[in-house]
Amino acid sequence: MTDTYDAIVVGAGHNGLVCSALLAKAGKRVLVLEANSQVGGAAITREFTDGYSVSACAHLLYQLQSEVRKDLKLSTRLASEDMTTIALSEDGNHLRISADSVEGVSDEDAEQYRRFRKRMTRFSDLLRKFFNKRPPRLGTKNIQDFITLGQLGLDMRMLGKEEMQEFLRLIGMNIHDEVTERFESPKLRGAISLDAVLGTHLGPRSPNTIMTYLYRQAGDHGRTGVPAGGMGSVSNELAHAARNAGVTIRTDMPVKRIIIENGRATGVETVSGERFESLMIISNADPKTTVMNLIGAKHVETGFARRISHLRAKGNAAKLHLALDGLPAIDGLSKKDYAERIVIAPDEHYVERAFNPAKYGESSPNPVLEITFPSFRDETLAPAGKHVMSAIVQYAPYDLKGGWNEEAKANFMQAIMSTLAGYMPDIEQRITASELLTPADIESEFHISGGHWHHAELTLDQFLFVRPVNGAAQYSLPIDGVYLCGAGTHPGGGVSGAAGRNAARTILRREKAA
Amino acid sequence: MTIREPVHQGRLKTPFYPRIEKLDTVNQWHEWKGYSSPDLLYCEETEYFAIRNSTAVFDLSPMTKYRITGPDALDYLNRLVTRDMAKVKPGRVAYAVWCDDQGQVIDDGTIFHLREGEYRLCCQERHFAWLRAASIGFDVTITHETEDVAALAVQGPTSFSVLSNMGLEGLDQLKPFGLAHFDFQGAELMVSRTGYTADLGYELWIEPSKALELWDALFEAGKLHGIRAIGTHALDLARIEAGYLAPYTEFLPVDETIRTGRSRSPLELGLDWLVDFKKPNFNGRRALAEEKRNGSTWRLVKLDIDGNKAAHNSYIFAKEKGNKKQIGFVTSAVWSPICKQNIALGTVRTPHGKPGDTVWVEIYYQREMHWNRAMAKATVVDKPFWFPPRRGAMPPGPY
Repeated sequence: MTDTYDAIVVGAGHNGLVCSALLAKAGKRVLVLEANSQVGGAAITREFTDGYSVSACAHLLYQLQSEVRKDLKLSTRLASEDMTTIALSEDGNHLRISADSVEGVSDEDAEQYRRFRKRMTRFSDLLRKFFNKRPPRLGTKNIQDFITLGQLGLDMRMLGKEEMQEFLRLIGMNIHDEVTERFESPKLRGAISLDAVLGTHLGPRSPNTIMTYLYRQAGDHGRTGVPAGGMGSVSNELAHAARNAGVTIRTDMPVKRIIIENGRATGVETVSGERFESLMIISNADPKTTVMNLIGAKHVETGFARRISHLRAKGNAAKLHLALDGLPAIDGLSKKDYAERIVIAPDEHYVERAFNPAKYGESSPNPVLEITFPSFRDETLAPAGKHVMSAIVQYAPYDLKGGWNEEAKANFMQAIMSTLAGYMPDIEQRITASELLTPADIESEFHISGGHWHHAELTLDQFLFVRPVNGAAQYSLPIDGVYLCGAGTHPGGGVSGAAGRNAARTILRREKAA
Repeated sequence: MTIREPVHQGRLKTPFYPRIEKLDTVNQWHEWKGYSSPDLLYCEETEYFAIRNSTAVFDLSPMTKYRITGPDALDYLNRLVTRDMAKVKPGRVAYAVWCDDQGQVIDDGTIFHLREGEYRLCCQERHFAWLRAASIGFDVTITHETEDVAALAVQGPTSFSVLSNMGLEGLDQLKPFGLAHFDFQGAELMVSRTGYTADLGYELWIEPSKALELWDALFEAGKLHGIRAIGTHALDLARIEAGYLAPYTEFLPVDETIRTGRSRSPLELGLDWLVDFKKPNFNGRRALAEEKRNGSTWRLVKLDIDGNKAAHNSYIFAKEKGNKKQIGFVTSAVWSPICKQNIALGTVRTPHGKPGDTVWVEIYYQREMHWNRAMAKATVVDKPFWFPPRRGAMPPGPY
């Protein structure tokens, strides 16, 4: 006996949950199958050692779209919001960077920063508009596409001639050139560079890192927060909204394959052999996993299979979790500063040098870090008086030479510790337990091919009209009945819900038109 | 001091070169995928009549050959080409065409099902990169074996007699598009009843070390049957009579095109019969299904033209006079000696060019330095110009 659904969503990542909830609200009978025992994909909170919990992959919320919040009536409670970024300096003269001002730099830099942010905000607002739209096809006759394209052109023109030229000049440029032209403070240059490259396989001198910077800002004007209870609470809230709308969510149900019969999807088969029927299969998995593993190359055409297999999707960011018996001492920080976002990226060259070895399959001897102490404002995460540290560490290339074995991990851990010790002299003594997730670990725990948090590198050649690849940029694959709704689609990764929402809306609109 | 071997930089020589070179009287060669191949050896017409009246031998060793094996070989080929390869049993050969995702032709060729699950793809151009890309996700091994196989086309009404004389037992049982393995002086000789001439004929495939022995045995056996080596000019004449396509002439491989609209789909080349929409997936299926629904842009036509002036490179018009613009152009044209017809292949815009339609070709010809222009009436024909019953006769006749 097999169960029949209007739609089956493969993977209960946050995008899968958003997509399923919206389809259910439109009256569809939806089943979500999740491989792990917890919903949320890479947006979960889990215990990593006795009594200590942490957001296991994504740890900062800066992109959750107001459209998603509104559609699903979310009321996410934040433990920290509007976080300031503190760029650490070994001498204790740290910078405090907020969305439109910076402290600890010369007056000139402060003024430049204000202007820089104003322009970046204008440009990222332009991008943000397209976050919540299906990317248009070029050379199309579709009226919806035509309107979106026209709007993109018009919005760009509305920037004014000079600003439009500036937008077009900057969008393909690297962040290094922009920050060195603008600022004299190495720490400011470093911290902005870090924002541009976090989560990517790019260095500050790599092309289009201004675009990735804008992408990060576009979510919520660069405002960053930490959800109470960790990122898992966002996913739980989404799952709750989905269930309320009538979605059936089943965990511990890894999908083995999407069943294709006579060139169209007819259902899925789980690893345990159960079959579920549906003429609409929506994959929250990354494009490579979806096409190569779940569907199989033989069901798509050669050019498409080649594009998918050439998709650049190798992660370069590791995740570090430390259980601490107390907050580490950081010279020059006041107590409340531990609630903020702390970065180690002393200058733009440091960030580029950290990236250099990654190009050749080696991890950084002097990594860059984005650090939070989520337990500082959230007692649920650690025993009383104790703390957890959650950090993103770059660079740790997915295809490390020799592979991510115990020794390689230990070496990288040592590099991280000596970097941290430069700013937190007593950190080693504070640690009671630790966990380091390399991209290889992220791949196996969260089932993301390549362990890349965007599912596919965020570069102009894999963006907007061509994300993940041409032929699949409007959420549907070139097989009847199969759709994508994950970070590999437009607009990309980060806990935004935009991809899931766009996919659901595209599917519903297409059905209405048919 | 050591003397280094000079690096070979000139054209390659096929395994049959030493024999062909001896027969050559005109020294007129061209390059074919790195190899020297003769335009003609003696006289184009004489060589042509060997194809139609006795036996012609053409060295097709430079043809590109790929060996395709492995558990997924059939699935792989079925996704690669437009026709249903499951119907091609071991011991059979299939003419096939393959497309990119947009349904545009990359090339055509023949696929030999040598043994269960073991195939050879044979075509004029090189396609290793595409074949490799097509193998993503399939358990297949693709080997480029052009250099490992020497091949001869043996074509003409007496070809069966010649090969029988050579001692190939049971050849009479070989149907068109069949293949069989024989022993030749301890080596395996593969014989297929295939060709590029639409006449009774065979193709012989053997390891290069036995090439010269095979040539000698063949010519010894054919001594009394008018056997003659030929070059590509004569072969090209025969293939136009047969209405067969030549890459770079009737179509441009899509990966060689730069401008849009310069490639062709199988439907535009008269190869609808090779496109099996019953298969759930193959390269180009979605695009071709859409083209079938919406109609094609181009149509390949076979033209029977009035007069005797070959319509080389002619524009094709819908009417004799008052045309605003041409509807297409001729791709191959020749005066057919055996049909006594002025024939051509061409490409025209739909809806023009339906079988039975009349079109006009603009022929330019030179007489004593001066150029003249003639508008000649042409009829679009359906069938190949030359397709004699002996081509498919079972058993083949002993001429």
